[in-house]
Amino acid sequence: MTTKTKKTTAVEKKLIGLADIVIAAADRAKDPTFAIPIRALSNVSFNPRKGLIEMGQKKQARSFFNVGMAKKFMQTVLVADALSELQRADLTTSLREIYYRTKHTIKDSHENTFDTQDESDPVIEDLEVSLAALREELHVRAENSGSIVGPVVFGDDGDRVDCAKLGKGGYSVPSIVEPEYLEIRRCTADFVLLVEKGTQWNRLSEDKFWRRYNCVLLTGNGQPPRGVRRLARRLHEEHRLPVYVLVDNDPWGYYIYSVIKQGSINLAFESQRMAIPKAKFVGLSSADPERYELPRNVGIKLNEKDIARAKELMNYQWFQKPAWQAEIKRMLTSGLKYELDALANKDFQYLTKKYLPRKLKEKDWLD
Amino acid sequence: MSKKHSSAVPAPSASSPKPTSEPAAPQKAPAKPAQQVTAVEMGARQREISVSEFFTKNRHLLGFDNPRKALLTCVKEAVDNALDACEEAGILPDVTVALEVVSNGEPVAPSQASKFRITVTDNGPGIVRQHIPRIFAKLLYGSKFHRMRMSRGQQGIGISAAGMYGQLTTGKPVKIISRTGPKAAAHFFEVQIDTKKNEPLVHENKQIEWRQPQGTQVTLEVEGKYQKGRASVDEWLEQTSIANPHVRLVYRTPEGETKEYPRTYHELPPSPREIKPHPYGIEFGMLLKMLQDTKSHSLSGFLSSDFCRVSPQLADEICRAAKVSPNMKPRDLKGPAAEVLYRTIQNTKIMAPPTNCISPIGEKAILAGLYKQIKGEFYTAVSRPPAVYRGNPFIIEAGLAYGNRPEDQTKPQQPAQPKAEGEHEEEDSELARVIRYANRVPLLYQQSACATFKAVLNTTWKNYGVTQSRGALPGGPMVIFVHMASVWVPFTSESKEAIADYDEIQKEITLALRECGRRLGLFLRRRERAASEFRRRNIFELYIEEVVDACDRLKGGTLQKEKLKAQLQKIATSRTGGLKTDEALGKTGAGPEGLPHSIIVTAEGVEGEVELASRIEADAAAVSFSGEAGRPVAEKPADKPSRGKAGQMALFNKPDGPNRPDRPNRRNRPNRPDKPTPRSAPRGKK
Ligand SMILES: Nc1ncnc2c1ncn2[C@@H]1O[C@H](COP(=O)(O)OP(=O)(O)O)[C@@H](O)[C@H]1O
Ligand SMILES: [Mg+2]
Repeated sequence: MTTKTKKTTAVEKKLIGLADIVIAAADRAKDPTFAIPIRALSNVSFNPRKGLIEMGQKKQARSFFNVGMAKKFMQTVLVADALSELQRADLTTSLREIYYRTKHTIKDSHENTFDTQDESDPVIEDLEVSLAALREELHVRAENSGSIVGPVVFGDDGDRVDCAKLGKGGYSVPSIVEPEYLEIRRCTADFVLLVEKGTQWNRLSEDKFWRRYNCVLLTGNGQPPRGVRRLARRLHEEHRLPVYVLVDNDPWGYYIYSVIKQGSINLAFESQRMAIPKAKFVGLSSADPERYELPRNVGIKLNEKDIARAKELMNYQWFQKPAWQAEIKRMLTSGLKYELDALANKDFQYLTKKYLPRKLKEKDWLD
Repeated sequence: MSKKHSSAVPAPSASSPKPTSEPAAPQKAPAKPAQQVTAVEMGARQREISVSEFFTKNRHLLGFDNPRKALLTCVKEAVDNALDACEEAGILPDVTVALEVVSNGEPVAPSQASKFRITVTDNGPGIVRQHIPRIFAKLLYGSKFHRMRMSRGQQGIGISAAGMYGQLTTGKPVKIISRTGPKAAAHFFEVQIDTKKNEPLVHENKQIEWRQPQGTQVTLEVEGKYQKGRASVDEWLEQTSIANPHVRLVYRTPEGETKEYPRTYHELPPSPREIKPHPYGIEFGMLLKMLQDTKSHSLSGFLSSDFCRVSPQLADEICRAAKVSPNMKPRDLKGPAAEVLYRTIQNTKIMAPPTNCISPIGEKAILAGLYKQIKGEFYTAVSRPPAVYRGNPFIIEAGLAYGNRPEDQTKPQQPAQPKAEGEHEEEDSELARVIRYANRVPLLYQQSACATFKAVLNTTWKNYGVTQSRGALPGGPMVIFVHMASVWVPFTSESKEAIADYDEIQKEITLALRECGRRLGLFLRRRERAASEFRRRNIFELYIEEVVDACDRLKGGTLQKEKLKAQLQKIATSRTGGLKTDEALGKTGAGPEGLPHSIIVTAEGVEGEVELASRIEADAAAVSFSGEAGRPVAEKPADKPSRGKAGQMALFNKPDGPNRPDRPNRRNRPNRPDKPTPRSAPRGKK
């Protein structure tokens, strides 16, 4: 665990507030109830002006004396307790450690407080949204699963980290990248390229693409974790770097792009700090196979889930731009999806030497 | 003779009103087309060796295939006879069964012993002196074969076969004491069979003093094996007691224990009426035999007087249709002409037989039997209206006992063993048990061949809130009771172990089971509702601790924990308890709706047939206080209770096959301090 000297009690106060709700309700012989903002499509809206997904006002009551909610209620109090312990001790921890910390068998029963981590993770998210506290503020970190390479220098725990001198492996992006934890000392890059897949990031890093095009290469190995998103946002905001996103050509890739751009439905309240409304989609576009003459046989047939997901995306407010409707429709009519890796069909270095240079030159991207 | 005859139990010879010209029981047809004389000779020769040979060859058909089953068969034949006799005489049966190990000197443990003395005593009408030797020492002698009347014994082969088995395996004669009334003398007999002649040999015959004013006592010494568990004597007697709650049964086990099954139903079953066979129910071979045996002089007279539902007009009609003269002598009708008659009868529309000849157990009595013997939460019973298969009237009855008594559910839980991720509370894999009866006699063998069992499998128990894997018995602590009562129960074989699968029978069983299931479903839904209230309060109590502790830690240990706990508990009770729980439990005095002929046991008491249930409790309680009924038993193991009501036996125990060592009885009534029973581990809650 990382120890930091930081004296903010605001979050802790919010956590103690939960105990106060219970005590106050008990005093008035009322059913203790927490109001938890709903984390679902029904409670988010797209703010076209800001280009962000914003969380609505809808809240769900979580009452103690309701059979369906009693356990969740108890779990919420337990997690709040564990989080406040972190605040007091000024430690950070992982989702998994919180699960283990709060798990025990309830006295006089065979019942566990939590059976799997799947039960504790959503409770943490519930607390994030209801206390309007970021996960970092709660001292909970995600796994490090992002990499960065390029002309940028960080200060991390007093160490100077020059991402241009870390070979092809780059720097592993920590999950908490707030200025108190990670300082951006210098950045001379022209743009950020955020790549969905680690394999393609490796290709670009190995080929020193970043040096040739003076950019920062970032990847989150799939759906980028908060640290990666937040770092991209900081580079964008603090150093005015445009952000380009490179993902597979499938509905999942579109969604990853949209989360980077305007935030996720689940944690819409974090959009303020995470989203990059000006991020651009460079590829892989459903128009690319034709434009770059990818043979049909390197495509993959869309399965039923893909088709359903694509249709769902078309209904999202933030995919209403005609270009996007056309993009998704084109995928559906072709019935195929393409992985970035498929570019290797032409040449191992096709991505580095042909595809991206041409994309950037032609400014061929979607907004 | 038709082919049929060679596989059937030989027809009675000497007891027939009139010896027939045919050989009585030709085991094999003569090999070559022979003249009449030769056939008669052969028949005569065969008859000389017939009894012992017949017995040795047909041991398995008669239920003596192995020592364990033989012991059961002997008990069964004697008890069946005792009950038949009492009921026919209108006496509420009081039957004592005693099993003793026979050893020559060295005491042998019952499980190791190979010879047993079986003594069955009844309070029935007794037997007239002159009949005693032939009843007990002549095969195929009885009063029940030649009539169509519902009874346990059918073939006149039961008790004498048991006697013969004893004689063959131990060399000991059958001993009988019988007394026909307080004013008559008691007679003591020792008889054996002359196996060559199938005639009794009387070894001893004297008048004796007997403390019983009336009744019969039979003592057999046989080779056998005593083993508890499935298909044991113990199980059979217990099941007998369930289907015959009007019987008081005392059982002295070879281990010296006395189990008493009290009488919990104080009415005799209505006496079944005798009927003539219905033409549809007759097989060709039987028709041939009846043609020979009849007292009628004309064919049409035979048809109208020896069968039910055949009027003289209908008889003439049948004869005309079969192109035979109504006036011909029945005995002259043979060969193809007889076959034509047989087929004509089957194709003639004849009214269904009367059904008042069957005496069902009745819903109340079934409930009484189940309630007495099985500890459950829910009991129900269904008697179907009479139906007919192949001209034989029958009635199907079904019953259900379900669940664990409330007191069993609240038994102290084992200290909670923390569960690891992916680990769950043990699934309840217990399967239901089917107990089957034909004319009130338990059927213990050949379950899967039995129509009743198939009907249980074919019932969709899931519809009634009970788990069931495909093609399997329903799951859960449940006993399913099925009874077929008929003047003629169609067994799949002569050993009378499984009921044959006629469509009409299958249909009736299914209908009865469905009604039981429907009521069970109602009960389960109701209980579920009540339990969810109960659970609600319980989980709140569990969680309150957790929440209060966490709040205390959040508040830095400054909280008045007890105060907060009390406040929350009060809210929990007011939110879930009180009147509403009672409503959910159906305790507002409305009684179990839509649940006729049912008993429901809850923690608070009994509902439904309350009167019946409380009488049974009283009967059961009386047993515990009644004086020493048996004679003193030697070598009573000190740690084993020697007497007391035979409580809920191993009915729910898993069917592990007959070799399973008997497990401790986990369902004894707790209000019996004299019998401390080790409890098995509590069953997991779902
Ligand atoms: N305990 C008894 N009391 C009175 N009669 C009996 C008793 N046991 C047997 N009998 C008579 O003896 C007959 C023969 O019995 P059994 O050989 O068992 O044949 P079944 O029971 O098939 O008729 C019975 O039909 C009955 O009339
Ligand atoms: Mg008999």
